[in-house]
Amino acid sequence: MDEILNNAGLWIEYYTRPVREWLLDADGAGHKLALMVVAILLFVGVMGGILALVDRSRRAPGWLVTVAFVGPALAAITFGLIYPALRTIYSSFFNRNGSEFIGMDNYIQAFTQSQFQLVLRNTALWVLLVPVLATLIGLIYAVVVDRTRFEKFAKTLMFLPMSISMVGAGIIWRFMYDYKQTSAEQTGLLNQLLVMVGLDTKQFLLDSPENNFFLIIVMVWIQAGFAMTILAAAIRAIPDDIVEAARLDGLTGIKMFRYITIPSIRPALVVVLTTIAMATLKVFDIVRTMTNGNFGTSVVANEFYEQSFRQLNAGLGAALAVILFVLVIPIVIYNVRQMRISEEIR
Amino acid sequence: MISRRSRGASVAAVGGFAALALTLAACTPPPSDEDNNAGDDGDREIAEGCEAFEQYGDLSGTTVTVYTSITAPEDQPHIDSYVPFEDCTGATIEYDGSREFEAQLPVRLQSGNAPDIAYIPQPGLMASLVRDFPDAAVEVGELAQSNVAEYYDPSWREYGSVDGTFYGTPLGANVKSFVWYSPSMFRDAGYEIPQTWDELIALSDQIVADGGTPWCAGIESGDATGWPATDWLEDVLLRTAGPEVYDQWLSHEIPFNDPQVAEALEAVGSILKNPDYVNAGYGDVQSIASTPFADAGFPILDGECWMHRQASFYAANWESAQPGTTVAEDGDVFAFYFPAMSTDERPVLGGGEFTVAFADRPEVAAFQAYLTSPEWVNTKIPLHTTGGWVSANSDQDTTLYASPIDRLSAEQLADESATFRFDASDLMPGEIGTSAFWTEMVNWIASDKDNAAVLDDIEAAWP
Repeated sequence: MDEILNNAGLWIEYYTRPVREWLLDADGAGHKLALMVVAILLFVGVMGGILALVDRSRRAPGWLVTVAFVGPALAAITFGLIYPALRTIYSSFFNRNGSEFIGMDNYIQAFTQSQFQLVLRNTALWVLLVPVLATLIGLIYAVVVDRTRFEKFAKTLMFLPMSISMVGAGIIWRFMYDYKQTSAEQTGLLNQLLVMVGLDTKQFLLDSPENNFFLIIVMVWIQAGFAMTILAAAIRAIPDDIVEAARLDGLTGIKMFRYITIPSIRPALVVVLTTIAMATLKVFDIVRTMTNGNFGTSVVANEFYEQSFRQLNAGLGAALAVILFVLVIPIVIYNVRQMRISEEIR
Repeated sequence: MISRRSRGASVAAVGGFAALALTLAACTPPPSDEDNNAGDDGDREIAEGCEAFEQYGDLSGTTVTVYTSITAPEDQPHIDSYVPFEDCTGATIEYDGSREFEAQLPVRLQSGNAPDIAYIPQPGLMASLVRDFPDAAVEVGELAQSNVAEYYDPSWREYGSVDGTFYGTPLGANVKSFVWYSPSMFRDAGYEIPQTWDELIALSDQIVADGGTPWCAGIESGDATGWPATDWLEDVLLRTAGPEVYDQWLSHEIPFNDPQVAEALEAVGSILKNPDYVNAGYGDVQSIASTPFADAGFPILDGECWMHRQASFYAANWESAQPGTTVAEDGDVFAFYFPAMSTDERPVLGGGEFTVAFADRPEVAAFQAYLTSPEWVNTKIPLHTTGGWVSANSDQDTTLYASPIDRLSAEQLADESATFRFDASDLMPGEIGTSAFWTEMVNWIASDKDNAAVLDDIEAAWP
């Protein structure tokens, strides 16, 4: 009997081997794509099956329906978000490979060593400057081009950088800042301009601390289009009767902007500011592509990657991730509350 | 009611049939791979040129996976060098190269998806992997151990060991104590190749006096920016303080900011931070930080730069600068030995890769042993038709090297009078060797941070 069972097992293994190999050992893009389609179909099939079953049977109790519909999403959040988050917080109190509890040491290191203090200072610079500059530029642009002849074209131009990935933008701007000695033929646009007005070329990405500002410009360049789009829509949504009443009262130009436009779009302004602030806190790609965090330009997300994946210091990496998490939370809460308030008004 | 019963019956019938088929099938075992390959066995035993492979035994049907950081097209000589092993033992070697190797390997080890063999470019990385994943790495097998003992300098076993256990067998090697120059430029200007440090400085001054800029350098290298500058300091420390101090320094028996190290950094600075000496073809001292190391020597080809200190593997870069560049003593570019303080000493700084096994199977141990054998080395050298690969195996045939610089490197490695030392930053803990040492050398160049502050900050980062 044992032998029969054993042989049966071997036969099953023998016949399913091609399938298993096909599923587990993808080679080539086509194969991987096909595997992805199979995985999606399986997911849709299983989920559809569960939902259909619950939907069909009238006798199913209420709780079962709730579990079937909310359960998968809840499970995904639990295993994909909550568990890793708790796990990260947990490992931030341990040493580099998680074998020894070291309390707050990772946090002490992150806040006291000059290398990490520089990282925190840079992150502060980013999170203060990017949202303010991007929103300001987006707002002014939106007001200036509003209801002009070439509005659509002008808005498209401004919005284009949004469609470029941050890595792409980083590479483009690295060429913009490219350095060659003054006497050589220039490849960087900005240094060519400097040469044309008779100045010496500049190491835009090397000279600290101003190199941080040159990196920040890239993020502003990307995010200003986003700010402009939201704010232009908000300006459009200001009721005409308010504008007309203000005009009858004699408001024009700057005063109109200050007393009517700004208060009317305040909720949109807050949402734009906070959304960009959140994106900025997580900035990684631009710094990674342009300077690799060298020359005093590292930010928290870059340092987190550096520690976790290059230095293999899981504890310190986790601590940096937690610091980032703690910094983002208040902005998220404020953002959500503002959105709720603006919805109530509507 | 009727329909329901009939459906149940048909289900039972199908189930019964399946069960019957399974039972019948279960009486005989399925065909195995061994049966399929039975025919090859006879051929293999009489195959010519396979005598050296008999010690590995019959490995038909087995597979060894190799994970490396070497991607196409550089991976081809590696893949081709496995062919004799595959032909003679019947094993299959699956090669997988990834640019994300260093980040991905720990992830694969953590997730239990370890490759059988990994090519690890630095002993420091090997040490931290072995310590972080003590159950993953496998001690070197007997056959490979005896090969390393027989064909390699004993120091290689030391570099491949972590806390006294031997994990990494040497794979390739390189020599870093080289200064690249243009033989024709030297001949036309009447310059001699310097034999001592003082002659090197005298030559640099002579070039300045003749209106040239002697040195070009570049330390930009993506997220490894700074490493060429660490090589400079190591190479000079080996000369100013000697190998014993060098050993104490890398193992932290003396602090990183020891006065002798400060003296060496001062000496490096007398070249790299001397505005008269650098940075030929690229600009000022600061431009060293933004010049990619891969391009740094190219001004030599334009006649703008005279000397560029870089490892033997830089030979491969000349082709990309100017196709058709010949690397030879009478060619467009060549390298001379980075001179020592006197001609009596001959310290050589170098590096190399190691193979580490992460699976305890006979075919994996056999393959690791093959990679330490003269058969493999002598198969692999001719596969590099344009050069760029050197072995430290003492039983190699140096006439096989296609490139004169590779032959010179191999001879340097084999030279009994030379004192070989492994790149210290590769042996130091990761916090230093791949982090603080790099970034502080970058600050030293890019922000003109002073010598003492640079060394103190690296010392402070020592774990």
